[in-house]
Amino acid sequence: MNTVVRYFKSLMLLELFAGLSVTMRYFFRPKFTIRYPEEKTPKSNRFRGLHALRRYPNGEERCIACKLCEAVCPALAITIESTQRDDGTRRTTRYDIDLFKCIYCGFCEESCPVDSIVETGFLEYHMENASERIVDKQQLLAIGDRFEAQIAADREQDAAYR
Amino acid sequence: MAEIRNFTMNFGPQHPAAHGVLRLVLELDGETVVRADPHIGLLHRATEKLAESKPYNQSIGYMDRFDYVSMMCNEHAYVRAIEQLLGIEPPVRAQYIRTMFDEITRIGNHMLWIGSSGLDLGAMTLFLYAFREREMTMDLYEAVSGARMHATYYRPGGVYRDLPDQMPLYKESPWTKGKDLERKNEWREGSLLDFAEAFARDFFTKVDEYETLLTDNRIWKQRTVNIGVVSPERALQLGFTGAMLRGSGIEWDLRKKQPYAMYDKMDFQIPIGVNGDCYDRYLVRIEEMRQSAKIILQCVEWLRANPGPVMLKNFKVTPPTREEMKDDMEALIHHFKLFTEGFCVPEGETYAAVEAPKGEFGCYLVSDGANKPFRAHFRAPGFAHLSAMDEMVRGHMLADVVAVIGTQDIVFGEVDR
Repeated sequence: MNTVVRYFKSLMLLELFAGLSVTMRYFFRPKFTIRYPEEKTPKSNRFRGLHALRRYPNGEERCIACKLCEAVCPALAITIESTQRDDGTRRTTRYDIDLFKCIYCGFCEESCPVDSIVETGFLEYHMENASERIVDKQQLLAIGDRFEAQIAADREQDAAYR
Repeated sequence: MAEIRNFTMNFGPQHPAAHGVLRLVLELDGETVVRADPHIGLLHRATEKLAESKPYNQSIGYMDRFDYVSMMCNEHAYVRAIEQLLGIEPPVRAQYIRTMFDEITRIGNHMLWIGSSGLDLGAMTLFLYAFREREMTMDLYEAVSGARMHATYYRPGGVYRDLPDQMPLYKESPWTKGKDLERKNEWREGSLLDFAEAFARDFFTKVDEYETLLTDNRIWKQRTVNIGVVSPERALQLGFTGAMLRGSGIEWDLRKKQPYAMYDKMDFQIPIGVNGDCYDRYLVRIEEMRQSAKIILQCVEWLRANPGPVMLKNFKVTPPTREEMKDDMEALIHHFKLFTEGFCVPEGETYAAVEAPKGEFGCYLVSDGANKPFRAHFRAPGFAHLSAMDEMVRGHMLADVVAVIGTQDIVFGEVDR
Protein backbone atom coordinates (compact mmCIF):
# COMPACT_ATOMS: atom_id res chain seq x y z
CA MET A 1 0.00 0.00 0.00
CA ASN A 2 2.78 2.43 1.02
CA THR A 3 4.59 1.75 -2.22
CA VAL A 4 1.50 2.62 -4.18
CA VAL A 5 0.99 5.87 -2.26
CA ARG A 6 4.62 6.77 -2.72
CA TYR A 7 4.40 5.95 -6.39
CA PHE A 8 1.49 8.30 -6.94
CA LYS A 9 3.00 11.04 -4.77
CA SER A 10 6.14 10.81 -6.82
CA LEU A 11 4.13 10.97 -10.02
CA MET A 12 2.46 14.19 -8.90
CA LEU A 13 5.86 15.95 -8.51
CA LEU A 14 4.72 17.25 -5.11
CA GLU A 15 8.15 18.12 -3.76
CA LEU A 16 9.06 19.99 -6.91
CA PHE A 17 5.91 22.09 -6.66
CA ALA A 18 6.63 22.80 -3.00
CA GLY A 19 10.02 24.12 -4.05
CA LEU A 20 8.49 26.14 -6.85
CA SER A 21 6.04 27.71 -4.43
CA VAL A 22 8.99 29.04 -2.42
CA THR A 23 10.59 30.60 -5.47
CA MET A 24 7.21 31.95 -6.60
CA ARG A 25 6.66 33.62 -3.23
CA TYR A 26 10.03 35.30 -3.54
CA PHE A 27 9.17 36.39 -7.05
CA PHE A 28 6.47 38.67 -5.70
CA ARG A 29 8.32 39.85 -2.62
CA PRO A 30 10.39 43.07 -2.52
CA LYS A 31 13.90 42.50 -3.77
CA PHE A 32 16.95 42.18 -1.58
CA THR A 33 19.41 43.43 -4.18
CA ILE A 34 20.47 47.05 -4.65
CA ARG A 35 21.58 49.07 -7.68
CA TYR A 36 25.22 49.23 -6.79
CA PRO A 37 26.98 52.29 -8.05
CA GLU A 38 23.99 54.49 -7.29
CA GLU A 39 22.99 52.79 -4.07
CA LYS A 40 25.41 51.29 -1.59
CA THR A 41 25.18 48.78 1.19
CA PRO A 42 25.69 50.24 4.64
CA LYS A 43 29.29 50.51 5.70
CA SER A 44 30.49 50.20 9.27
CA ASN A 45 32.45 53.04 10.82
CA ARG A 46 35.15 50.50 11.60
CA PHE A 47 35.65 49.69 7.93
CA ARG A 48 39.25 49.22 6.85
CA GLY A 49 39.76 50.55 3.36
CA LEU A 50 42.31 52.76 1.66
CA HIS A 51 44.98 54.29 3.88
CA ALA A 52 45.34 57.96 4.67
CA LEU A 53 47.62 60.21 6.69
CA ARG A 54 45.88 62.78 8.84
CA ARG A 55 46.72 66.32 9.85
CA TYR A 56 46.05 68.34 12.99
CA PRO A 57 43.37 71.03 12.64
CA ASN A 58 46.11 73.65 12.22
CA GLY A 59 47.34 71.90 9.08
CA GLU A 60 50.43 70.31 10.63
CA GLU A 61 50.87 66.65 9.69
CA ARG A 62 50.43 64.27 12.59
CA CYS A 63 53.03 61.67 11.72
CA ILE A 64 56.15 61.93 13.89
CA ALA A 65 58.05 59.09 12.17
CA CYS A 66 58.07 56.80 15.20
CA LYS A 67 57.96 53.92 12.71
CA LEU A 68 55.67 51.81 14.86
CA CYS A 69 53.45 51.08 11.87
CA GLU A 70 56.47 50.05 9.84
CA ALA A 71 57.54 47.70 12.63
CA VAL A 72 54.11 46.16 13.20
CA CYS A 73 53.11 45.74 9.55
CA PRO A 74 52.92 41.95 9.00
CA ALA A 75 53.24 42.33 5.23
CA LEU A 76 56.13 44.82 5.34
CA ALA A 77 54.10 47.14 3.15
CA ILE A 78 55.20 50.40 4.79
CA THR A 79 58.52 52.14 4.16
CA ILE A 80 59.48 55.20 6.16
CA GLU A 81 62.47 57.51 6.08
CA SER A 82 62.76 60.42 8.43
CA THR A 83 64.79 63.49 9.20
CA GLN A 84 64.86 66.43 11.59
CA ARG A 85 63.06 69.42 10.24
CA ASP A 86 64.41 72.96 10.60
CA ASP A 87 62.15 73.66 13.58
CA GLY A 88 63.68 70.70 15.40
CA THR A 89 60.75 68.27 15.03
CA ARG A 90 61.10 64.80 13.61
CA ARG A 91 59.15 64.21 10.40
CA THR A 92 59.04 61.69 7.61
CA THR A 93 60.71 62.42 4.31
CA ARG A 94 59.26 59.31 2.78
CA TYR A 95 56.14 57.37 3.68
CA ASP A 96 55.28 54.72 1.12
CA ILE A 97 52.57 52.11 1.34
CA ASP A 98 52.56 49.25 -1.13
CA LEU A 99 48.87 48.52 -1.64
CA PHE A 100 49.59 45.15 -3.23
CA LYS A 101 51.50 43.96 -0.20
CA CYS A 102 49.07 45.41 2.33
CA ILE A 103 46.68 42.88 3.86
CA TYR A 104 44.40 45.52 5.41
CA CYS A 105 44.69 44.11 8.91
CA GLY A 106 44.47 47.55 10.54
CA PHE A 107 47.54 47.05 12.77
CA CYS A 108 49.11 50.31 11.54
CA GLU A 109 46.12 52.30 12.68
CA GLU A 110 46.02 50.38 15.95
CA SER A 111 49.66 51.07 16.66
CA CYS A 112 49.82 54.74 15.69
CA PRO A 113 50.28 56.79 18.88
CA VAL A 114 49.22 60.07 17.22
CA ASP A 115 46.27 58.77 15.14
CA SER A 116 48.10 59.70 11.97
CA ILE A 117 47.88 56.64 9.72
CA VAL A 118 44.28 55.49 9.40
CA GLU A 119 42.37 53.13 7.20
CA THR A 120 39.47 55.08 5.77
CA GLY A 121 36.08 53.78 4.74
CA PHE A 122 36.98 54.47 1.12
CA LEU A 123 37.16 51.29 -0.93
CA GLU A 124 36.38 52.24 -4.51
CA TYR A 125 39.82 53.02 -5.81
CA HIS A 126 41.66 51.60 -8.74
CA MET A 127 44.96 51.91 -10.50
CA GLU A 128 45.86 51.60 -14.14
CA ASN A 129 49.53 50.72 -13.81
CA ALA A 130 51.13 48.34 -11.37
CA SER A 131 53.54 51.08 -10.35
CA GLU A 132 50.66 53.12 -8.97
CA ARG A 133 50.29 50.61 -6.15
CA ILE A 134 52.87 52.50 -4.15
CA VAL A 135 51.15 55.43 -2.48
CA ASP A 136 53.58 58.05 -1.27
CA LYS A 137 53.34 60.58 1.52
CA GLN A 138 51.83 63.40 -0.55
CA GLN A 139 49.10 61.14 -1.93
CA LEU A 140 48.32 59.76 1.52
CA LEU A 141 48.03 63.26 2.98
CA ALA A 142 45.79 64.26 0.07
CA ILE A 143 43.53 61.25 0.74
CA GLY A 144 43.47 62.29 4.38
CA ASP A 145 42.47 65.85 3.49
CA ARG A 146 39.78 64.61 1.16
CA PHE A 147 38.10 62.34 3.70
CA GLU A 148 38.98 64.12 6.94
CA ALA A 149 35.37 64.81 7.94
CA GLN A 150 34.39 61.16 7.50
CA ILE A 151 37.56 59.87 9.17
CA ALA A 152 37.06 62.09 12.20
CA ALA A 153 33.37 61.17 12.51
CA ASP A 154 34.14 57.44 12.28
CA ARG A 155 36.88 57.66 14.93
CA GLU A 156 34.64 59.74 17.17
CA GLN A 157 31.93 57.11 17.03
CA ASP A 158 34.38 54.35 17.86
CA ALA A 159 36.41 56.19 20.51
CA ALA A 160 34.68 54.48 23.42
CA TYR A 161 35.63 51.02 22.19
CA ARG A 162 39.34 51.43 21.54
CA MET B 1 42.41 -5.26 -32.75
CA ALA B 2 42.86 -1.83 -31.23
CA GLU B 3 44.03 -1.69 -27.65
CA ILE B 4 41.50 -0.10 -25.30
CA ARG B 5 43.05 2.09 -22.66
CA ASN B 6 41.68 4.22 -19.89
CA PHE B 7 41.37 7.88 -20.53
CA THR B 8 43.29 10.27 -18.28
CA MET B 9 42.14 13.81 -17.96
CA ASN B 10 42.57 16.93 -15.92
CA PHE B 11 39.80 18.22 -13.74
CA GLY B 12 40.81 21.77 -12.91
CA PRO B 13 42.80 23.70 -11.74
CA GLN B 14 40.50 26.22 -13.36
CA HIS B 15 37.30 24.24 -13.38
CA PRO B 16 34.39 26.24 -12.01
CA ALA B 17 33.20 23.28 -9.96
CA ALA B 18 36.64 22.62 -8.50
CA HIS B 19 36.23 25.22 -5.72
CA GLY B 20 39.44 27.11 -6.14
CA VAL B 21 42.59 25.62 -7.48
CA LEU B 22 42.04 21.88 -7.18
CA ARG B 23 43.66 19.89 -9.93
CA LEU B 24 42.34 16.35 -10.10
CA VAL B 25 43.94 13.95 -12.50
CA LEU B 26 41.15 11.53 -13.28
CA GLU B 27 41.59 8.17 -14.91
CA LEU B 28 38.35 7.33 -16.62
CA ASP B 29 36.98 4.12 -17.99
CA GLY B 30 34.26 5.50 -20.21
CA GLU B 31 32.52 7.79 -17.76
CA THR B 32 33.46 5.83 -14.65
CA VAL B 33 36.27 7.08 -12.46
CA VAL B 34 38.98 4.48 -11.98
CA ARG B 35 41.40 6.66 -10.10
CA ALA B 36 41.40 10.24 -8.86
CA ASP B 37 44.67 11.88 -8.03
CA PRO B 38 44.38 15.32 -6.38
CA HIS B 39 47.32 17.60 -7.08
CA ILE B 40 47.62 20.30 -4.50
CA GLY B 41 49.97 23.16 -3.80
CA LEU B 42 48.74 25.72 -6.30
CA LEU B 43 47.73 28.06 -3.49
CA HIS B 44 50.73 27.39 -1.27
CA ARG B 45 51.80 30.59 0.46
CA ALA B 46 54.11 29.20 3.14
CA THR B 47 51.95 30.62 5.91
CA GLU B 48 53.53 28.37 8.51
CA LYS B 49 57.00 29.68 7.71
CA LEU B 50 55.58 33.20 7.55
CA ALA B 51 54.17 32.78 11.05
CA GLU B 52 57.56 31.54 12.25
CA SER B 53 59.23 34.69 10.99
CA LYS B 54 56.97 37.19 12.78
CA PRO B 55 56.09 38.05 16.35
CA TYR B 56 53.07 36.11 17.59
CA ASN B 57 50.57 38.93 17.43
CA GLN B 58 51.40 39.86 13.85
CA SER B 59 50.35 36.54 12.34
CA ILE B 60 46.69 36.79 13.33
CA GLY B 61 45.83 38.39 10.01
CA TYR B 62 47.31 35.46 8.16
CA MET B 63 45.10 32.98 10.02
CA ASP B 64 42.06 34.46 8.28
CA ARG B 65 43.57 33.44 5.00
CA PHE B 66 43.78 29.74 5.78
CA ASP B 67 40.19 28.76 5.40
CA TYR B 68 38.97 31.96 3.87
CA VAL B 69 35.30 31.21 4.41
CA SER B 70 35.53 30.49 8.13
CA MET B 71 37.94 33.18 9.18
CA MET B 72 37.34 33.66 12.86
CA CYS B 73 37.50 29.95 13.67
CA ASN B 74 41.06 29.82 12.37
CA GLU B 75 41.98 32.84 14.42
CA HIS B 76 40.40 31.17 17.41
CA ALA B 77 42.65 28.12 17.16
CA TYR B 78 45.73 30.31 16.86
CA VAL B 79 44.97 32.68 19.72
CA ARG B 80 43.97 29.76 21.91
CA ALA B 81 47.34 28.14 21.29
CA ILE B 82 49.12 31.36 22.28
CA GLU B 83 46.93 31.72 25.34
CA GLN B 84 47.73 28.16 26.40
CA LEU B 85 51.45 28.81 26.05
CA LEU B 86 51.21 32.06 27.99
CA GLY B 87 48.89 30.55 30.56
CA ILE B 88 46.37 33.37 30.34
CA GLU B 89 42.60 33.25 30.28
CA PRO B 90 40.57 35.89 28.39
CA PRO B 91 37.64 37.60 30.14
CA VAL B 92 34.30 35.78 30.09
CA ARG B 93 32.67 38.34 27.83
CA ALA B 94 35.41 37.85 25.27
CA GLN B 95 34.80 34.11 25.46
CA TYR B 96 31.10 34.62 24.77
CA ILE B 97 31.85 36.94 21.87
CA ARG B 98 34.19 34.32 20.44
CA THR B 99 31.56 31.63 20.82
CA MET B 100 28.99 33.78 19.09
CA PHE B 101 31.27 34.70 16.23
CA ASP B 102 32.43 31.12 15.77
CA GLU B 103 28.80 30.20 15.21
CA ILE B 104 28.19 33.16 12.91
CA THR B 105 31.21 31.93 11.00
CA ARG B 106 29.76 28.45 10.86
CA ILE B 107 26.53 29.76 9.37
CA GLY B 108 28.46 31.87 6.88
CA ASN B 109 30.56 28.91 5.87
CA HIS B 110 27.63 26.55 5.49
CA MET B 111 25.82 29.19 3.46
CA LEU B 112 28.67 29.25 1.01
CA TRP B 113 28.84 25.48 1.02
CA ILE B 114 25.13 24.93 0.41
CA GLY B 115 25.09 27.65 -2.24
CA SER B 116 28.07 26.51 -4.21
CA SER B 117 27.62 22.77 -3.90
CA GLY B 118 23.96 23.25 -4.77
CA LEU B 119 24.97 25.28 -7.78
CA ASP B 120 27.38 22.55 -8.87
CA LEU B 121 24.58 20.03 -8.79
CA GLY B 122 22.14 22.29 -10.59
CA ALA B 123 20.26 24.12 -7.84
CA MET B 124 20.70 27.69 -8.98
CA THR B 125 18.01 29.38 -6.87
CA LEU B 126 19.44 28.18 -3.61
CA PHE B 127 22.72 29.88 -4.36
CA LEU B 128 20.98 33.24 -4.53
CA TYR B 129 19.05 32.69 -1.30
CA ALA B 130 22.08 31.37 0.57
CA PHE B 131 24.21 34.34 -0.39
CA ARG B 132 21.56 36.67 0.93
CA GLU B 133 21.97 35.13 4.38
CA ARG B 134 25.73 35.06 4.01
CA GLU B 135 25.59 38.79 3.45
CA MET B 136 24.13 39.15 6.95
CA THR B 137 26.99 37.22 8.54
CA MET B 138 29.41 39.43 6.64
CA ASP B 139 27.62 42.53 7.87
CA LEU B 140 28.12 41.24 11.39
CA TYR B 141 31.80 40.70 10.66
CA GLU B 142 32.14 44.17 9.24
CA ALA B 143 30.32 45.88 12.07
CA VAL B 144 32.54 44.27 14.66
CA SER B 145 35.94 44.21 13.01
CA GLY B 146 35.85 46.52 10.00
CA ALA B 147 36.44 43.84 7.39
CA ARG B 148 33.87 41.68 5.70
CA MET B 149 36.09 38.63 5.52
CA HIS B 150 39.60 38.92 6.92
CA ALA B 151 38.59 40.15 10.31
CA THR B 152 41.77 40.05 12.45
CA TYR B 153 39.44 40.37 15.39
CA TYR B 154 40.51 37.80 17.99
CA ARG B 155 43.62 38.64 19.99
CA PRO B 156 45.58 36.70 22.56
CA GLY B 157 43.80 37.72 25.75
CA GLY B 158 40.41 38.58 24.32
CA VAL B 159 39.01 40.31 21.29
CA TYR B 160 40.08 43.65 19.86
CA ARG B 161 36.98 45.78 20.45
CA ASP B 162 33.63 45.40 22.14
CA LEU B 163 30.49 44.91 20.05
CA PRO B 164 29.24 48.21 18.63
CA ASP B 165 26.03 49.81 19.90
CA GLN B 166 24.79 50.68 16.45
CA MET B 167 24.67 49.05 13.08
CA PRO B 168 25.25 51.03 9.89
CA LEU B 169 21.98 51.89 8.14
CA TYR B 170 20.85 51.87 4.54
CA LYS B 171 20.63 55.39 3.18
CA GLU B 172 17.71 56.77 1.24
CA SER B 173 17.98 56.67 -2.54
CA PRO B 174 15.58 57.02 -5.46
CA TRP B 175 15.07 53.24 -5.44
CA THR B 176 14.99 52.64 -1.72
CA LYS B 177 12.78 55.00 0.21
CA GLY B 178 9.79 55.07 2.49
CA LYS B 179 8.52 51.56 3.26
CA ASP B 180 11.37 49.91 1.40
CA LEU B 181 13.96 51.73 3.44
CA GLU B 182 12.15 50.96 6.67
CA ARG B 183 12.02 47.28 5.78
CA LYS B 184 15.71 47.19 4.93
CA ASN B 185 16.69 48.97 8.12
CA GLU B 186 14.28 47.08 10.33
CA TRP B 187 16.92 44.84 11.91
CA ARG B 188 19.57 47.52 11.95
CA GLU B 189 17.92 50.07 14.21
CA GLY B 190 19.42 48.68 17.40
CA SER B 191 22.84 47.39 18.38
CA LEU B 192 24.83 44.58 16.83
CA LEU B 193 23.29 42.19 19.33
CA ASP B 194 19.80 43.15 18.20
CA PHE B 195 20.83 42.53 14.63
CA ALA B 196 22.36 39.18 15.49
CA GLU B 197 19.26 38.17 17.38
CA ALA B 198 16.89 39.21 14.60
CA PHE B 199 19.06 37.33 12.13
CA ALA B 200 19.24 34.17 14.21
CA ARG B 201 15.50 34.16 14.95
CA ASP B 202 14.66 34.58 11.31
CA PHE B 203 17.27 32.07 10.25
CA PHE B 204 15.20 29.02 11.23
CA THR B 205 12.53 29.85 8.67
CA LYS B 206 15.23 30.41 6.08
CA VAL B 207 16.72 26.98 6.70
CA ASP B 208 13.23 25.51 6.35
CA GLU B 209 13.02 27.17 2.95
CA TYR B 210 16.31 25.65 1.87
CA GLU B 211 15.05 22.30 3.00
CA THR B 212 11.87 22.74 0.99
CA LEU B 213 13.99 23.38 -2.04
CA LEU B 214 16.42 20.52 -1.59
CA THR B 215 15.71 17.84 0.99
CA ASP B 216 12.89 16.05 -0.83
CA ASN B 217 13.85 17.20 -4.29
CA ARG B 218 14.29 14.17 -6.52
CA ILE B 219 17.09 15.68 -8.55
CA TRP B 220 19.04 16.57 -5.44
CA LYS B 221 18.50 13.09 -4.05
CA GLN B 222 19.55 11.40 -7.26
CA ARG B 223 22.77 13.36 -7.19
CA THR B 224 23.63 12.79 -3.53
CA VAL B 225 22.08 9.62 -2.10
CA ASN B 226 24.61 6.79 -2.01
CA ILE B 227 27.33 8.94 -3.51
CA GLY B 228 30.69 8.98 -1.79
CA VAL B 229 29.79 6.56 0.96
CA VAL B 230 32.31 6.34 3.80
CA SER B 231 31.88 3.77 6.55
CA PRO B 232 32.34 4.96 10.15
CA GLU B 233 35.48 2.84 10.63
CA ARG B 234 37.01 4.09 7.45
CA ALA B 235 36.11 7.70 8.28
CA LEU B 236 38.04 7.40 11.54
CA GLN B 237 41.01 5.78 9.80
CA LEU B 238 41.12 8.53 7.22
CA GLY B 239 41.26 11.22 9.88
CA PHE B 240 37.93 12.78 9.01
CA THR B 241 36.53 15.41 11.33
CA GLY B 242 33.53 17.68 11.43
CA ALA B 243 30.49 17.04 9.29
CA MET B 244 32.36 14.44 7.24
CA LEU B 245 32.79 12.26 10.32
CA ARG B 246 29.37 12.98 11.76
CA GLY B 247 27.76 12.18 8.43
CA SER B 248 29.15 8.66 8.79
CA GLY B 249 27.43 8.29 12.12
CA ILE B 250 30.19 9.00 14.63
CA GLU B 251 29.20 11.46 17.28
CA TRP B 252 32.33 13.57 17.52
CA ASP B 253 32.32 17.27 18.01
CA LEU B 254 35.09 19.16 19.78
CA ARG B 255 32.54 21.64 21.07
CA LYS B 256 31.06 18.83 23.16
CA LYS B 257 34.01 16.49 23.64
CA GLN B 258 36.68 19.03 24.49
CA PRO B 259 34.68 22.20 25.20
CA TYR B 260 36.50 25.48 24.67
CA ALA B 261 35.38 29.09 25.00
CA MET B 262 31.84 28.92 26.39
CA TYR B 263 30.53 25.83 24.63
CA ASP B 264 30.17 23.88 27.87
CA LYS B 265 27.51 26.40 28.94
CA MET B 266 25.61 26.21 25.66
CA ASP B 267 22.61 24.04 25.02
CA PHE B 268 22.88 22.37 21.64
CA GLN B 269 22.89 18.96 20.02
CA ILE B 270 25.21 17.26 17.59
CA PRO B 271 23.42 15.91 14.52
CA ILE B 272 24.78 12.69 13.06
CA GLY B 273 24.09 10.85 9.84
CA VAL B 274 23.44 7.16 9.22
CA ASN B 275 24.65 6.12 5.79
CA GLY B 276 27.73 8.30 5.39
CA ASP B 277 26.80 9.46 1.90
CA CYS B 278 26.62 12.97 0.47
CA TYR B 279 22.95 13.27 1.36
CA ASP B 280 23.53 12.50 5.03
CA ARG B 281 26.34 14.99 5.22
CA TYR B 282 24.01 17.54 3.68
CA LEU B 283 21.39 16.82 6.35
CA VAL B 284 24.01 17.04 9.09
CA ARG B 285 25.17 20.45 7.92
CA ILE B 286 21.62 21.72 7.60
CA GLU B 287 20.89 20.72 11.18
CA GLU B 288 24.20 22.21 12.32
CA MET B 289 23.05 25.57 11.03
CA ARG B 290 19.92 25.39 13.18
CA GLN B 291 22.03 24.50 16.21
CA SER B 292 24.36 27.41 15.43
CA ALA B 293 21.46 29.83 15.37
CA LYS B 294 20.38 28.41 18.72
CA ILE B 295 23.83 29.03 20.19
CA ILE B 296 23.89 32.57 18.81
CA LEU B 297 20.61 33.33 20.57
CA GLN B 298 21.97 32.03 23.87
CA CYS B 299 25.13 34.13 23.48
CA VAL B 300 23.14 37.24 22.62
CA GLU B 301 21.08 36.85 25.74
CA TRP B 302 24.15 36.56 27.96
CA LEU B 303 26.06 39.34 26.25
CA ARG B 304 23.13 41.72 26.65
CA ALA B 305 22.92 41.14 30.36
CA ASN B 306 26.63 41.17 31.16
CA PRO B 307 28.71 44.10 29.97
CA GLY B 308 32.36 44.02 30.91
CA PRO B 309 35.89 44.00 29.60
CA VAL B 310 36.63 42.12 26.40
CA MET B 311 40.39 42.24 26.71
CA LEU B 312 42.67 41.05 29.44
CA LYS B 313 44.35 43.88 31.32
CA ASN B 314 47.92 42.65 31.21
CA PHE B 315 50.14 45.11 29.40
CA LYS B 316 52.81 42.47 28.84
CA VAL B 317 50.55 40.72 26.33
CA THR B 318 47.68 43.03 25.49
CA PRO B 319 48.02 46.66 24.41
CA PRO B 320 46.60 49.40 26.64
CA THR B 321 43.55 51.35 25.49
CA ARG B 322 44.08 54.50 23.44
CA GLU B 323 43.28 56.70 26.39
CA GLU B 324 45.67 54.97 28.75
CA MET B 325 48.35 54.97 26.10
CA LYS B 326 48.11 58.72 25.60
CA ASP B 327 47.81 59.47 29.29
CA ASP B 328 50.36 57.30 30.96
CA MET B 329 54.07 56.99 30.20
CA GLU B 330 54.25 53.42 31.43
CA ALA B 331 51.37 52.42 29.17
CA LEU B 332 52.99 54.16 26.21
CA ILE B 333 56.19 52.20 26.77
CA HIS B 334 54.20 48.98 26.85
CA HIS B 335 52.39 50.04 23.70
CA PHE B 336 55.70 50.58 21.89
CA LYS B 337 57.18 47.34 23.18
CA LEU B 338 54.14 45.33 22.15
CA PHE B 339 53.90 46.71 18.66
CA THR B 340 57.60 46.48 17.88
CA GLU B 341 58.78 43.21 19.37
CA GLY B 342 55.55 41.67 20.61
CA PHE B 343 55.71 39.46 23.68
CA CYS B 344 57.95 36.58 24.61
CA VAL B 345 56.30 33.28 25.26
CA PRO B 346 57.60 30.70 27.76
CA GLU B 347 59.32 27.67 26.32
CA GLY B 348 57.07 24.76 25.53
CA GLU B 349 54.76 23.30 22.98
CA THR B 350 51.01 23.19 22.70
CA TYR B 351 48.19 22.08 20.48
CA ALA B 352 44.90 23.91 20.40
CA ALA B 353 42.02 22.78 18.23
CA VAL B 354 38.62 24.23 17.52
CA GLU B 355 35.62 22.78 15.76
CA ALA B 356 35.81 24.84 12.60
CA PRO B 357 32.85 24.51 10.22
CA LYS B 358 34.81 22.02 8.13
CA GLY B 359 36.18 19.95 10.97
CA GLU B 360 38.97 20.10 13.49
CA PHE B 361 41.19 23.06 12.82
CA GLY B 362 44.23 22.81 15.04
CA CYS B 363 47.27 24.89 15.73
CA TYR B 364 50.47 23.34 17.02
CA LEU B 365 53.01 25.79 18.36
CA VAL B 366 56.52 25.16 19.63
CA SER B 367 58.09 28.02 21.50
CA ASP B 368 61.77 28.38 22.35
CA GLY B 369 61.10 31.35 24.58
CA ALA B 370 61.40 33.97 21.87
CA ASN B 371 58.81 36.41 20.57
CA LYS B 372 58.09 34.28 17.51
CA PRO B 373 57.15 30.62 17.30
CA PHE B 374 59.99 28.19 16.74
CA ARG B 375 57.59 26.00 14.81
CA ALA B 376 54.00 26.60 13.84
CA HIS B 377 51.94 23.86 12.30
CA PHE B 378 48.31 24.02 11.37
CA ARG B 379 46.03 21.06 11.04
CA ALA B 380 43.60 21.73 8.26
CA PRO B 381 40.54 19.48 8.11
CA GLY B 382 40.28 19.90 4.35
CA PHE B 383 43.64 18.21 3.80
CA ALA B 384 42.53 14.95 5.39
CA HIS B 385 39.25 15.07 3.51
CA LEU B 386 40.91 15.68 0.19
CA SER B 387 43.27 12.76 0.80
CA ALA B 388 40.25 10.50 0.76
CA MET B 389 39.09 11.85 -2.60
CA ASP B 390 40.39 8.85 -4.52
CA GLU B 391 38.59 6.42 -2.27
CA MET B 392 35.34 8.35 -2.29
CA VAL B 393 34.98 8.79 -6.02
CA ARG B 394 36.39 5.49 -7.24
CA GLY B 395 33.74 3.65 -9.20
CA HIS B 396 31.44 6.65 -9.43
CA MET B 397 30.60 8.58 -12.56
CA LEU B 398 32.46 11.70 -13.63
CA ALA B 399 29.57 13.95 -12.61
CA ASP B 400 29.67 12.53 -9.08
CA VAL B 401 33.17 13.88 -8.60
CA VAL B 402 31.57 17.31 -8.41
CA ALA B 403 29.12 16.12 -5.76
CA VAL B 404 31.97 14.67 -3.70
CA ILE B 405 34.04 17.87 -3.94
CA GLY B 406 30.96 19.76 -2.84
CA THR B 407 30.30 17.49 0.12
CA GLN B 408 33.91 17.65 1.29
CA ASP B 409 33.56 21.43 1.44
CA ILE B 410 37.10 21.94 0.23
CA VAL B 411 38.74 25.32 0.56
CA PHE B 412 42.19 25.56 -0.87
CA GLY B 413 43.50 28.20 1.46
CA GLU B 414 43.67 25.62 4.22
CA VAL B 415 44.63 22.58 2.16
CA ASP B 416 47.68 24.27 0.65
CA ARG B 417 48.34 26.62 3.56
